[in-house]
Amino acid sequence: MSAPDPLVVPAAPLAGDVDVAVAASRAGEDRAARTLTRSPWKRPLAVIGAVVIVAWVLIAVFAPALAPYDPLAQGSSKLLEPSAEHLFGTDNLGRDVFSRVLYGSRLSIPLALLLVVLATVIGTTLGAVAGYFGRWVDGGIMRLTDLVFAFPGIILAMAVTAALGAGLRNAVLALVIVTWPSYARVVRGLVLSTRESDHISASRLLGSSALRTLAVDVRPTVLGPVLVLSALDVGNAVLLLSGLSFLGLGARPPAPEWGAMVSAGAAVFDSWWVGLFPGLAILTVVLAFNFLGDTLRDALDPRTARALRG
Amino acid sequence: MSFLLTQAVPGDPVTANLGQRASEDPVAVAAFRAANGLDKSLPEQYVTYLGNLLTGDFGTSQQTRNPVAADLAEKVPATMELALAAIVVAIVLGVGFGIVAALYRDRWPDQLLRVLSLSGVSVPTFWLALIAYYWISFKLDLLPAGGRLSPGAPTPPQVTGFYTIDSLLAGDWATFGDAVSRLILPALVLASFTVGVLLRFTRAAVLEVLGEEYVRAARAKGLPELTVVRRHVLRPALLSVVTVTGVAFAGLLSGTVLVEQIFGWRGLGAYAYTSALALDLPAIMGVSVVVAVIYILLNLVVDLLYGVIDPRLRLS
Repeated sequence: MSAPDPLVVPAAPLAGDVDVAVAASRAGEDRAARTLTRSPWKRPLAVIGAVVIVAWVLIAVFAPALAPYDPLAQGSSKLLEPSAEHLFGTDNLGRDVFSRVLYGSRLSIPLALLLVVLATVIGTTLGAVAGYFGRWVDGGIMRLTDLVFAFPGIILAMAVTAALGAGLRNAVLALVIVTWPSYARVVRGLVLSTRESDHISASRLLGSSALRTLAVDVRPTVLGPVLVLSALDVGNAVLLLSGLSFLGLGARPPAPEWGAMVSAGAAVFDSWWVGLFPGLAILTVVLAFNFLGDTLRDALDPRTARALRG
Repeated sequence: MSFLLTQAVPGDPVTANLGQRASEDPVAVAAFRAANGLDKSLPEQYVTYLGNLLTGDFGTSQQTRNPVAADLAEKVPATMELALAAIVVAIVLGVGFGIVAALYRDRWPDQLLRVLSLSGVSVPTFWLALIAYYWISFKLDLLPAGGRLSPGAPTPPQVTGFYTIDSLLAGDWATFGDAVSRLILPALVLASFTVGVLLRFTRAAVLEVLGEEYVRAARAKGLPELTVVRRHVLRPALLSVVTVTGVAFAGLLSGTVLVEQIFGWRGLGAYAYTSALALDLPAIMGVSVVVAVIYILLNLVVDLLYGVIDPRLRLS
């Protein structure tokens, strides 16, 4: 069980992403930035993705103004089919599905971002410390990542959430526990590769502390690739969170969370609209983030960048 | 490793498995701890567990009261049947489409397949399962779904635990048809994510090989394009695809947790879910050990395939 190679969790970025992320730190960065800013219209997918994300963010911000009904208010008209009055119909408690889908964006999007930020910060910090100090610190932290990688991601997340008690906060915590190791590994590799370079030695000779060296001299090497990795991970985070909620381990019942709503739709199988629309919401958000991420990946990948610029 | 982790989970299996009333009764709690060996020290528990594992004893599930090994023997074939069917679908579609996308690079089939690939990795599988179940099976009545066999149908005599193979061995064609038709929909849904991943990687791998000098040389010789692709491009490209497939299969096992839930497939995923909810430590441990063994076997298969694909890697 203590195999040194990662026993993959689905949340772990696949090898290609890491290569691309690393490529971003190299000479590619400026070129890629130019490629990305020059002609966005040549990449319709990126434009669509950006538009959809902006739309969802606006919906999240203005949900109270946009939603025709209170997302928690139970009406007498249960399981109504979609109509002009209830665009997406009503659920088994007579709540307006359309309003609940709109409000759902206020949970899924910020929480997914929070999850990615937390995993990035924790993974980057631990990875940098491991790579920089080496020896037993490195050994300890890397055994910890092995430990997490030894479990299938979602099973570990389920066990942790079940132990902490179901709830969105605990679901985010559990997923942070499952996702930080992939960042730690990438960052450790990057730090290891720059640790011996001349500008680091020079900085050390000038008497800067380990903390200063990491924060000032190592950071530029690590920052680019890590940001790319996290950008690619947001869509995945939405999927994981809604998955846990679907299993009943995330959002608690009245909360309008998309995964939980799909689960409710499975319970009232005949009323297809209860489960269909929240799932479409998840799909559009994740797809939009992946459209953007895919373009980013292409722009940063030296093998495909040429075609993009042409 | 996984033993430590399950112990580190900050929940008390006692409260999770005994009711509210019982967990307030110190006698019942002590009896439960003693029965499950929880009153001993951690290293002691660990050594006991490892020793038992060597003899194939995974302990007793606190939830089902069955030996975990017996539970697993029943659930693992169900999930493997589903996962293997899904990976076959994913390889056929993902690799096939990936080659097409690379050959039509930047033209409309490539653009279309790129959207398909991204949709595959973006769609929530539990939702896709629900939608497919409702529309394809329930509304349009194209394929049966829900469970591994029709309700009330007798299970074929157990040989491999794969209903499709067992029914064939028993010469029972009706059961075979039933099992296969109920396998198609969940396998397709489970494969969706993997198709997306494999499509992207195959495309990249084929594109890389297409830029090689020897491909140009093969074309210069006047070989038909189909021969060039089949003989000079696919073989080197397949190497990296095989690696990704191994990784993807592991991801697929995680996907079963969600898909089995919708289709009422009584496999490892559903078992992991109920055990995690009940903090049934021996069961969770059992699932982890089985999955770890599957990963190791998978790596072995991938390594062996390298040798088949690339003669340079064969050891004499």
